[in-house]
Amino acid sequence: MMGRPVAIIGTGQTYHGRRRDVSYPELVREAVTAAFEDAGITPQDIDGVVSGTMPSMMEGISLTHFYFADALCQVGKPILKVETCGSTGQSLGHCGYYWIASGMGDIVLVVGHEKMHEGDSQATMTTVFDPFFQQTFAAGAPGIFTMQSMEWMYRFNIDEEKAREAAALVSVSNHDNAFDNPHAHIKIRVTVDDVKNAKVITYPVRLLDVCPNSDGACAVIFASEEKANKICKKPAWIKGLGFRGEEFFFGESDKSVWPSATEAAKDAYDMAGIRDPLKELDVAEVYNPFTYQEMIFYECLGFCPRGESPDYVLKGTFKKGGKLPCDPSGGTLCTNPIGATGLIRLAESVLQVTGKAGDRQVEGAKLALSHAMGGTDQFNGITIVSSEM
Amino acid sequence: MAKEEPREFRAEVVVPYELALGRTWTTFYDTLKEEKILGKKCRKCGRVFVPPRTFCPRCFEETDEWVEVAQEGVVETWALINMPFYGQQLEIPFVSAQIRLDGSDTGFTHRIGGFDLKDFETVRTRVKLGSRVRAVWSKEKKGGILDIDYFEPVE
Repeated sequence: MMGRPVAIIGTGQTYHGRRRDVSYPELVREAVTAAFEDAGITPQDIDGVVSGTMPSMMEGISLTHFYFADALCQVGKPILKVETCGSTGQSLGHCGYYWIASGMGDIVLVVGHEKMHEGDSQATMTTVFDPFFQQTFAAGAPGIFTMQSMEWMYRFNIDEEKAREAAALVSVSNHDNAFDNPHAHIKIRVTVDDVKNAKVITYPVRLLDVCPNSDGACAVIFASEEKANKICKKPAWIKGLGFRGEEFFFGESDKSVWPSATEAAKDAYDMAGIRDPLKELDVAEVYNPFTYQEMIFYECLGFCPRGESPDYVLKGTFKKGGKLPCDPSGGTLCTNPIGATGLIRLAESVLQVTGKAGDRQVEGAKLALSHAMGGTDQFNGITIVSSEM
Repeated sequence: MAKEEPREFRAEVVVPYELALGRTWTTFYDTLKEEKILGKKCRKCGRVFVPPRTFCPRCFEETDEWVEVAQEGVVETWALINMPFYGQQLEIPFVSAQIRLDGSDTGFTHRIGGFDLKDFETVRTRVKLGSRVRAVWSKEKKGGILDIDYFEPVE
């Protein structure tokens, strides 16, 4: 069932933010070059390329993998494009995994990218909705995530003030963590009061509960066991993955318990042999574009019982030095070039288990979870990496 | 060469579309003009979908039975939208909501209105999760989702 063992031998990220200094292909090349340097290989060594973004409308150019072909070292190589909205980055990683595990390639370059400042991100995301019934009432990502958060608080009878306090702490923790990450976009110190008093986006969600628009790219190099052992002193090994979907129409499944997130995590844990994620995982890079949603994820990923994530946040379970540090990179909340974001979660978890995470290193981390979600709360993907095969 | 400040280049993509509704959704919109809301029932699991589905996404079976559902239902969730973006179809502020109409098994996306929406604190005294709302019809029917103008709270 598992195919061949699969390793990750190198990662590269751009300096994410508003990157007016580079064109989109130049941005992509920056991440690709960094990954080759990290892995100590050259473009000639790769057998294939996987590329992915959010909807092409984000940048107004169709088939972005053609646009980036040169920057992706694709000349003379097979190329695949993968696109699952926000979960694109995780799908990209899974595609790299399949390619190597199947034996069809020995070294594969996987790249996620987005240049969100070039278009109108919320207008683009609104086109993800069904055009006949739902698009009229859609308001990009904040509208849908707010509805999900409201439903979750109601379903589990979570005190609104407590959820507000916990969400503010999630924001403070992510913003603090971003200072440890040289690649992070938003670097501002915020307090709980700053978050609670920030401008309302879609109540109760405020500006500091929401991720930014970022330009950025991330490249990850996947390799077979033989190549990894030959090339890389300390590879990361993929131990488990899961990806699940739901109905296209928001409203046809219960987003307060979010079946796709819950089942994707279960698949990944089963594959990795993990029974108690809170105890066994050393660090998690949870896709967290919204503070409230990050708490829903803690529950779906099995880090705490349903409806209790605000209590765990208030106890400090998921912050730096807590029982299971989440998003030591500052997470999606501080950096969100969407097509790259899910792959950044994977790259960050690789840096953690290989001891290369610099100031954001969780000491002794050996087992890490990475995650992303996409669509109108439709898809969830998980990848678990370890320092040991 | 002089070091220039990098510039941006203005581009635009405008493409009109004619999207096929298919028979099921054509029937739904034709009936909406008569102020009736129709759902379709899965022949296997028995769930009633509003908007109607030609097939059940879980059972992958045809939904051959049309069912008229109530014009009243329960608010499953909602959000006050006060955020502008390019191409937005409704004027802000508006309340986007999921409404489970009596006799259906899915959340129906629409808006809640009929009162002052400027201030969240006022809005939330009128709109609550689990509360009931009722369809208010537009006078002029255009064969679109706004033939139902909005849902109003049932006091």
